[in-house]
Amino acid sequence: MKEDLHSSLVSPKGNWWLPIGKQEKKWVTIAFVWCMILFFMMPFWHIKGGQNPSGIRSKVEASAFQARVDQFIQDYQVGEEKGIPVVAPPAGSHIYMAGRMWSWYPVLKLQKGAEYTLHLSSLDVNHGFSLHPVNVNFQVVPGYDYGLKIVPNTTGDFKILCNEFCGVGHHLMVGKVIVEEAADE
Amino acid sequence: MSSMVSSLANQFRTCGVTGLKVDRTAENLIKINAVVAVVCLLIGVLAAIGLVLTRWQAVHLLDPVMFYRFLTAHGLNMLIFFIIFFEMAVLYFAGPVMLSCRLPAPKLGWTSFILMLLGMIIVNYTVAVGQADVLFTSYPPLKAHPLYYLGIILFAVGALIVCGLFFATLVVAKKEKTYEGQIPLVTFGGLTAAIIAVITLLHGAAIYIPTFLWSLDLMAMDPQLYRLIFWGLGHSSQQINVAAMVSIWYLLAALTVGGVVLNEKVSRMAFVLYILFISMASAHHLLVDPGFGAAWKVWNTSYAMYLAVLASMIHGFTVPAGIEMGQRLNGFTKGVFGWLKNAPWSDPGFSGMVLSVVIFGFMGGITGVTIGTEQINILAHNTLRIPGHFHVTVVGGTALAFMAVTYYVLPLIFQKRVAFWGLAKIQPYIFAGGISVMGMAMTFQGIFGVPRRHFDITSAGAPFSPEFHPAVNLLQAVMGVAGLVAAVGVLAFIAIAVVTVFFGKKMTASDIEAKASGIPQGVLRLPKQQYTASEVEAVHNAGGARGTMVLVGIFLVCFVAYYFVNWKMLSFLWKIG
Repeated sequence: MKEDLHSSLVSPKGNWWLPIGKQEKKWVTIAFVWCMILFFMMPFWHIKGGQNPSGIRSKVEASAFQARVDQFIQDYQVGEEKGIPVVAPPAGSHIYMAGRMWSWYPVLKLQKGAEYTLHLSSLDVNHGFSLHPVNVNFQVVPGYDYGLKIVPNTTGDFKILCNEFCGVGHHLMVGKVIVEEAADE
Repeated sequence: MSSMVSSLANQFRTCGVTGLKVDRTAENLIKINAVVAVVCLLIGVLAAIGLVLTRWQAVHLLDPVMFYRFLTAHGLNMLIFFIIFFEMAVLYFAGPVMLSCRLPAPKLGWTSFILMLLGMIIVNYTVAVGQADVLFTSYPPLKAHPLYYLGIILFAVGALIVCGLFFATLVVAKKEKTYEGQIPLVTFGGLTAAIIAVITLLHGAAIYIPTFLWSLDLMAMDPQLYRLIFWGLGHSSQQINVAAMVSIWYLLAALTVGGVVLNEKVSRMAFVLYILFISMASAHHLLVDPGFGAAWKVWNTSYAMYLAVLASMIHGFTVPAGIEMGQRLNGFTKGVFGWLKNAPWSDPGFSGMVLSVVIFGFMGGITGVTIGTEQINILAHNTLRIPGHFHVTVVGGTALAFMAVTYYVLPLIFQKRVAFWGLAKIQPYIFAGGISVMGMAMTFQGIFGVPRRHFDITSAGAPFSPEFHPAVNLLQAVMGVAGLVAAVGVLAFIAIAVVTVFFGKKMTASDIEAKASGIPQGVLRLPKQQYTASEVEAVHNAGGARGTMVLVGIFLVCFVAYYFVNWKMLSFLWKIG
């Protein structure tokens, strides 16, 4: 025999801690299993997947980061485009990209298939690193250095949009990354 | 029915439809909070029209300064002021009215309202005069005028007092024995919303008070710490909406078709899961931030292994299944979906509620869990997928549920016949159609990398110009047109609500007997609210809620497909880590 039922407007009286119905139990079980799958996909991808936002993370003053960027440009500059230095670092090196109102600095020239550690930070307010057209997005926070290992898998010209509001010139903040085939050695 | 016109000197009136004893101060506070909520909604939707006509690059209406100012006003008035004023009305309803209890400390109710009103006006003023072009999130080091932060603090303190009054009402009602047994499920949901509101507002105090001092140059502010605590407010406040919205689903299911609570234990446990885990969602905004490690991100973004998602999946079953059972108990037993076919689709209280469940679950839930996955967020962070997601949760879900319940609040609380009844019957469909198509167009643009909060994606005048997939142009036109349709839906709602409240015809007993227009069918004839064991037994033997089982099955298939397609897309990216 089933119990009485009432709507959500009615105060439950007496014992309302009743066993769950069959259909409801089935759905709650399925939903719970699905939630566990959702959860375990994330640690699984850390082990098996190639895209994770872990990175090497540390605090950095804007002036200290600016100094690292300047040193980086001095070491590996190969040219200039639209007044922005173009830098071609060797495979395996630490590379730097600064966001500031309203530009990305410098332009990077990378090799396909090589690994780099890309350090992102901001010299003023929050910015958003959004690599186009591959669609890779990271938050760039002033005072923090986000070091991400990257391996470009396609060649061509890539643009960096800012996708965190950073003031009235936000839409003017576009940078560039060039990826070329690895030189034969 | 004569009790409806009983003298003002009495503290209570008795509702002629539901038989509830209604405290007059609580009723007046419901009215004033709802009216101010609608004013904020109007500001928000006017700003929205400017935004959608600017983001649609073919139109590109505003200049950058006005675009970001409109965006700031839109976010604050919609996400904070409209929603929280309305939720205050919900709390006054779920407490004193539902429990037939007096409102303790009525003067404090008015004080809190004045604080909130003052806060709202100060914030809107500083934004309007260009002293707070910092968007809804106001991430430091972007800085607004100190008055802006002060306005938010005043508003939050007012809202906190209302939560306190709600808790006090529960105590008084219990002590004065105004109800028997447990509080009804709708009130339990309101209690959940109030508890989450307290958690949220404490985060608000923890961040806005230091930020206010920072804006006066009295202390330092770490931008990453700000983002962490701000989203303890910003995301948790959306969970107040979820709890309030789910309560309204249950309420409207009962009022419109006599929907039942399948199992009080399960539904209440699901609400408790919200309280326990939902404030962890701050992490959703920090998945690709430099300040936090992988373990922290994985644990928090999943609300401790998706237990709050489990809660939503439970409500997503129990609400439609409760409706199905209610309909079957009322004799609509034919086939698997006879109960749906014979539902009151021309009652905007019913259609709005069902569309809210569908849009929130199918579109909001699936997109939200997917983009809130730690690694998938690399594809989605700060793209149009984010507003694409929350316009189908907060707007297509919560705001639509609030509109739907308004069609019952107008006759039951304001005691007015709903104006423009023909328009009201189709308003939920117009709004739901517009907002869901707009949300999808935003989500798909986001998949192509189109950023959110961006004045000009052609980046005219920048040193380099990004190129987008050609489909983006089409999607922008779809977003523009659908956004305007949604705005028409909101304006229709505002016109109906305002004309009803200020110029509407008084609803009388003879109107109900004569089935006059402007009265929803659930008010004309309140459905049965209690069913005997033998009635229930018969429905169970006929297959129970088998239609809902089919619907949730379809939902799960969509969820699994969308989720794994995103992992596949992620695997194509450069190696990152």
